[in-house]
Amino acid sequence: MKLKLHVWRQNGQNDKGKLETYDAPNVSPDQSFLEMLDDVNLDLARTGRDIIAFDHDCREGICGMCSQVINGVPHGGQDRTTVCQLHMRKFKDGDEIFIEPWKARAFPVIKDLVVDRNGLEKIMQAGGYTSCHTGGVPDGNALPIGNPVAEYSMDAAECIGCGACVASCPNSSAMLYTGAKVAQLAVLPQGKVEAQQRVLAMTEAAKENGFGNCSNHYECQASCPKGINVKFIAKLNREYMKALL
Amino acid sequence: MILDGKCPTGPIETSWDRHRFESKLVNPSNKRKYKVLCVGTGLAGGAAAASLGELGYNVHAFCYQDSARRAHSIAAQGGINAAKNYPNDGDSIYRLFYDTIKGGDFRAREADVWRLSQVSNNIIDQCVAQGVPFARDYAGYLDNRSFGGAQVSRTFFARGQTGQQLLLGAYSALSRQVKAGTVTLHERREMLDLVMVDGVAKGITCRNMVTGEIESHWGDAVILATGGYVNVFYLSTNAMGCSVTAAWKAARKGAYMANPCYTQIHPTCIPQSGEHQSKLTLMSESLRNDGRCWVPKKAEDCEKPAADIAENDRDYYLERKYPSFGNLAPRDIASRAAKEQCDDERGVGPGKRGVYLDFADSIKRLGEDTIAGRYGNLFEMYEKITDEDGYKQPMRIYPAPHYAMGGLWVDYNCMSNVPGLFVLGEANFSVHGANRLGASALMQGLADGYFVIPYTIANYLVTVKPGEVKDDHAAFKESADEVKADIDKLLSINGTKTPSEFHRELGTIMWEKVGMARSEESLKEALELIPALREEFWKNVKVVGTNEQFNQELENAGRLADFFEFAEILTKDALNREESCGGHFRTEHQTDDGEAMRNDEDFCYVAAWEFKGTGVEPELHKEPLKFDNVKLAVRSYK
Repeated sequence: MKLKLHVWRQNGQNDKGKLETYDAPNVSPDQSFLEMLDDVNLDLARTGRDIIAFDHDCREGICGMCSQVINGVPHGGQDRTTVCQLHMRKFKDGDEIFIEPWKARAFPVIKDLVVDRNGLEKIMQAGGYTSCHTGGVPDGNALPIGNPVAEYSMDAAECIGCGACVASCPNSSAMLYTGAKVAQLAVLPQGKVEAQQRVLAMTEAAKENGFGNCSNHYECQASCPKGINVKFIAKLNREYMKALL
Repeated sequence: MILDGKCPTGPIETSWDRHRFESKLVNPSNKRKYKVLCVGTGLAGGAAAASLGELGYNVHAFCYQDSARRAHSIAAQGGINAAKNYPNDGDSIYRLFYDTIKGGDFRAREADVWRLSQVSNNIIDQCVAQGVPFARDYAGYLDNRSFGGAQVSRTFFARGQTGQQLLLGAYSALSRQVKAGTVTLHERREMLDLVMVDGVAKGITCRNMVTGEIESHWGDAVILATGGYVNVFYLSTNAMGCSVTAAWKAARKGAYMANPCYTQIHPTCIPQSGEHQSKLTLMSESLRNDGRCWVPKKAEDCEKPAADIAENDRDYYLERKYPSFGNLAPRDIASRAAKEQCDDERGVGPGKRGVYLDFADSIKRLGEDTIAGRYGNLFEMYEKITDEDGYKQPMRIYPAPHYAMGGLWVDYNCMSNVPGLFVLGEANFSVHGANRLGASALMQGLADGYFVIPYTIANYLVTVKPGEVKDDHAAFKESADEVKADIDKLLSINGTKTPSEFHRELGTIMWEKVGMARSEESLKEALELIPALREEFWKNVKVVGTNEQFNQELENAGRLADFFEFAEILTKDALNREESCGGHFRTEHQTDDGEAMRNDEDFCYVAAWEFKGTGVEPELHKEPLKFDNVKLAVRSYK
């Protein structure tokens, strides 16, 4: 396959940045999207040009490092798929592809397609945990947790923290990300104890770090590579209300 | 030199308890005066940083990713072992200990493995308390499954994402300490040197991967929890950023590299599809609980669709060769068996480097829904990569480099031969011997981080005065200057080949000559090829960009430079070890039916290599292994 790529190039936060065009002349349908970019970069490097910077690591869809907006959609629009798991067989010969970084006020661009997602860390540090001490805990079976509750908690816990939800949201809201953690812990007996302070602290941190509010577009769920459901935003809101009462 | 692991003597059942009691304590009000650097934030590093922070130490944690939550522990799928014996099927601490020693082909330290088995139960409790949503039955109790190489169900799991959930648990504990102010996180930093003062580890030099700034960090102790080195094979199941760099920088400063030839080739990976491939993807070996491995009996059937091959014409080779363990044979054995079938021209798929993993029988017996419930995400992942439906036709799998059993040498306290340098998790060599059993890596990472280092580090810290050496010491500037000089050199060569091209070439040498089957001949060839390629690298590599920018080419070039030196020591270790054990298979040393043949008389030791300079013969130090509790035996899974 032969493709034309329009890639966002930006040298740091002070650069204005622009789209540049590259040819990908020899793309195999079995290649992953990132392997296609590797080839483009190989060509750039061989000819002494600055390679396209992009975040990636595990390349198996679980680390949450890769973060590209492809043709306007975070992760490229294949259902429940990260960029690294997107394969070129989903494209056609002659396609033009637009590749941009996560776009959100809370995610300043470091270089090209690489952004700073530290705001997400701050939300987690505000309260995304149970305050148990290493060692001083009861036997794992001491607190039976019904299978449906454990499954609900696990559904929420699947979040990989990539930030696609923020990037897809017109308000740059991190409520799906925050809601997933709040919900995971709020339904478990060991997380319930601190549910109120957790939801307040995490919501406050989201606000402080430049993330907006949910206005029910549901783009986050559509772009989430793990299919995290917006019901966890509803749960976040309910937990928040409970904490205020 | 004969090395001493300083293991407790006496009855093994009480060895760890006695050691804990005999260990020194740091006064609670003095703990905050000690600064501890922790490099790597995976299961071992994240758990260590969180636990030490909670104890009150002043911890600084470093990772090359943009978040501590992204370390490659996250990719582990299958599960974590513990000797809870919840299913009442005969498990015990002793059995987990025995299985691990035997699984490691009798090349691990007994005392370390006992401790691991003992604390395995605490890990499960800890993770549950953190809110890790382990699988539960309908009565609300924790669910277990059996896993490669074990005949009891002792594996705890969270769907197919156990590593992710355990890492997020450790990451949450770490986040809590960041908020508490006991842990300072340094993301997007790569450790490029270990700073030594008078033979003692006193800090690290690292590169800020965003700005290129070379930073000095002092610490009263340095912990490396930087994972494994199998990216030396280029194609592996490791993340792209996994490297030997931090460990190798320590080795260059005198830390011994132990048993580097013990590499694990994992049997259930998706086969390579072409030259463009950048990494291989593992699918949890839990698939082998319900999938049957087979290849056609006749080479001429290999091109046919699987459905057209009659039952009688299929060779279920694992069930045939190992009737009692069957498809659940340990990884080293299952991988070698797959290679044998393909070497026999009976492989399937592109390049005929693949075997079938067939779920048809299980689907018939249990229904597609049950299989989907157990492995749905793996079938999905397989389809995304191969465009094939594993429910309708058998999956194709092939072994791929996955885990490093070898690593920096440590004593029972997890301290290397360099005082003040501790090594945890996959980065050290201690518990897996020559082969790691499934669901044991997560167990080791968390054991070291939560329950070992918080006790053992005090034995060292009480011997040093906190903050005695800080980053104004001349050694820090010297180290930073050396790091800068190395970077400048890489950037100035301006040759014609990129780092990734060199890495591919190194990987091919390692896979062909030092891979699943090694011979004196192939190893000697590798020892010609590796240094030649290394020399070419230093003359002809092309690294674009500058140091003062976000520069992934520079990162890769630096990691590769370390892989070159390390590859040589790995190969030398494989050449020295004139026996077959676990993941190390020397073709000269096998039984008549092709099984690994150990040589306990001459090689029942840990080989710890001291780096003496690039291209200079490394010095071998030995730590004899003693087995007082488990009888050395030929490992049989028949």
